[in-house]
Amino acid sequence: MELNSPSLEVAITTKLDEAIGWARESSLWPMIFGTACCAIEFMSVAASKYDISRFGAEVVRFSPRQADLLIVAGTITYKQAPILKQIYEQMSEPKWVISMGACACSGGFYDNYTTLQGIDEIIPVDLYVGGCPPRPEALIDALLKLQNDLRTNKYNPNRHEGFKGRLDNV
Amino acid sequence: MSEIIKATSIELHSFIKTKYEEGFNYLLDITAIDYSEYVTANEEQFALVYILRHESFKEHIVIKTYLKKLEIETITDIFRGADWLEREVYDQYGIIFKKHPNLRRILNHKEFVGHPLRKSYPITKGQLLHEVDDLIEEMNNRLLSKNVVCKLESGTFSDCNKDLMFLNLGPSHPASHGTIRTYVALDGETIECAVSEIGYLHRGFEKSCENHTYNQIIPYTDRLNYCSAISNNISFVKTVEEMLGVEISERAQAIRVMLLELSRIEDHVVCLAAVLVDMGGLTNYWYMYNPREDIYDLLSKLTGARLTNSYMRVGGMTNDLYEGFEEDLKEVIKKVKYGVEQTLSLIKHNRIFHDRTQNVGVISAENALNYAMTGPNLRACGVAFDMRKDAPYYGYEKYEFDVVVGSVGDVYDRVMVRFGEIDESIKIIEQVMQNLPEGEVCVKDNSITLPKKEAVYTTIEGAMNQFKLTFEGVKVPIGEHYGSIEATNGELGFFIVSDGSGIPYKVKVKAPSFTAMSAYPEMVEGAQLADAILTLGSLNIIAGEMDR
Ligand code: SF4
Repeated sequence: MELNSPSLEVAITTKLDEAIGWARESSLWPMIFGTACCAIEFMSVAASKYDISRFGAEVVRFSPRQADLLIVAGTITYKQAPILKQIYEQMSEPKWVISMGACACSGGFYDNYTTLQGIDEIIPVDLYVGGCPPRPEALIDALLKLQNDLRTNKYNPNRHEGFKGRLDNV
Repeated sequence: MSEIIKATSIELHSFIKTKYEEGFNYLLDITAIDYSEYVTANEEQFALVYILRHESFKEHIVIKTYLKKLEIETITDIFRGADWLEREVYDQYGIIFKKHPNLRRILNHKEFVGHPLRKSYPITKGQLLHEVDDLIEEMNNRLLSKNVVCKLESGTFSDCNKDLMFLNLGPSHPASHGTIRTYVALDGETIECAVSEIGYLHRGFEKSCENHTYNQIIPYTDRLNYCSAISNNISFVKTVEEMLGVEISERAQAIRVMLLELSRIEDHVVCLAAVLVDMGGLTNYWYMYNPREDIYDLLSKLTGARLTNSYMRVGGMTNDLYEGFEEDLKEVIKKVKYGVEQTLSLIKHNRIFHDRTQNVGVISAENALNYAMTGPNLRACGVAFDMRKDAPYYGYEKYEFDVVVGSVGDVYDRVMVRFGEIDESIKIIEQVMQNLPEGEVCVKDNSITLPKKEAVYTTIEGAMNQFKLTFEGVKVPIGEHYGSIEATNGELGFFIVSDGSGIPYKVKVKAPSFTAMSAYPEMVEGAQLADAILTLGSLNIIAGEMDR
């Protein structure tokens, strides 16, 4: 294309918020905190049939410092809880959390001495995906919802300010 | 019911030693029973149970000893595999093993107070952990045994005489396969010492079993080895059926065999996919994982769920095969074969693959047996132990297949044994489908299986039957029994104590991943860090099954 081509003289006007929202929406870097059966379903989400990369969120990082979306897939036991908290804290802002599966959301059917009754006792959660395990479509649905909300800037950066988990300040 | 041999606690060590010399040299499991709420009075509140297998692999014995005092001599000097098993009993029941080298909690965390499998411990009483164990003490003891540090007079440890770097692999690490933690001391890239910590996925399976009916436990068994849920279902219901003394129909047996083999394939493809990714061969992941999706499709059509199938019931299964199952299965097998073929064509003559896997992560047959390794991991060392041949059930003796064995016991052998087993499983599935017997899939016994839906909706007897069986559960006669099958990771067994009600008094899982993992630290010491990752992947440790 010629530099002086008239087609280049097009400008897009937008609001800064919207530009940022658009950028965030299309460049989510998930970190998988996979502990149990739900993590196996996440493997399906990443494999070619469901293929999370179609939604611009495929750069799965296992280092929290490089990620902005934490997907907690699997049972979180009391023994695991401090680690989850540490990982969450290592992620830099802005960050979002998806809780995948009954165990992460509520302890699932492990209502016993070992299992945390929902990860929101420890860290704040933005989206809950039910199911034991949820089908891959359900996780993709949550991802699309998150992206939609990011586009429209629904997330208030201060939304978790008052959050106090069971492992905070003890 | 298993025949139980009794021994007194004082002579137990020597008794086991004699048994060992008689050829019972393979330790399956150690567990305890808390009789405080049992229906009949027992000699003492606590008893210990040891399950041993004979070197011919054909038979096993169950040894029981009542404890007057909550302590007993360790048998770690006879079986190295006893180390973690005894720690588990200590953790869950508070029984002390004298002279044990490292008697610490294993499944529960270090701030945990009490012993959860005692009947007096309330099932829902959770306890928060605030700070993760640093494992320094354990590492120091390990370094001490290798003369890298010495013990000072003050009781503390000296500085290392080598320049070591300490590193945590896991529990949240991409190559830690879920939630396994290994703390390593590195001399350059070489692992000088390693200690593993497990229990991050301890979900209280055994305690939960004590307040659910037998059929309610089936969904819990799905989540032991969640890569091959149906084989856990089968192992559990088979043990219960043995206690009930019922024989399932030939058709049900054949379907179970077919599904066991399909689960084996399902599990092996995901293990192989993962181990090849760990090696950097990402392409193989797509080839190996895609057939798994096809198996999911088939299983969801049959059972309603992709992963956690809960398809078996005591006395049979939820429903018969659907019309057209056979054609679907054939398609799936074709795709599995294609995936395996493509992957093998990428790695079979691949120099990198051979260099990375051969003579890496070696364990000798003798050590593997002493650690009670089982399944493909044991067979990779050249030991042809396979329950399907050595103690056949469900008519496995009728089918023609080979036991695949390795020779060195390295990563290469473990990978290749699994590839070989996929082929053998396909052979078995084809033979089953050729001669699938006709008939019902559930036993006809009102006290075991639910009545037909028409009967429930139209007759009072049917409704009552459904109600009683659902609420009270299948009543299993009083007794103690160990039953097992060859699951994907090896011998998967259940030791069940029944008090005659519809709820088991105690359930213990003999989990193949647990013993395999206990051998892992020793296997990686002296190896390169990157090889430790491959070794872990090739052992196919499934945290759900290991930690329960
Ligand atoms: S929600 Fe279900 S499938 Fe997911 S981790 Fe929990 S038990 Fe496993």
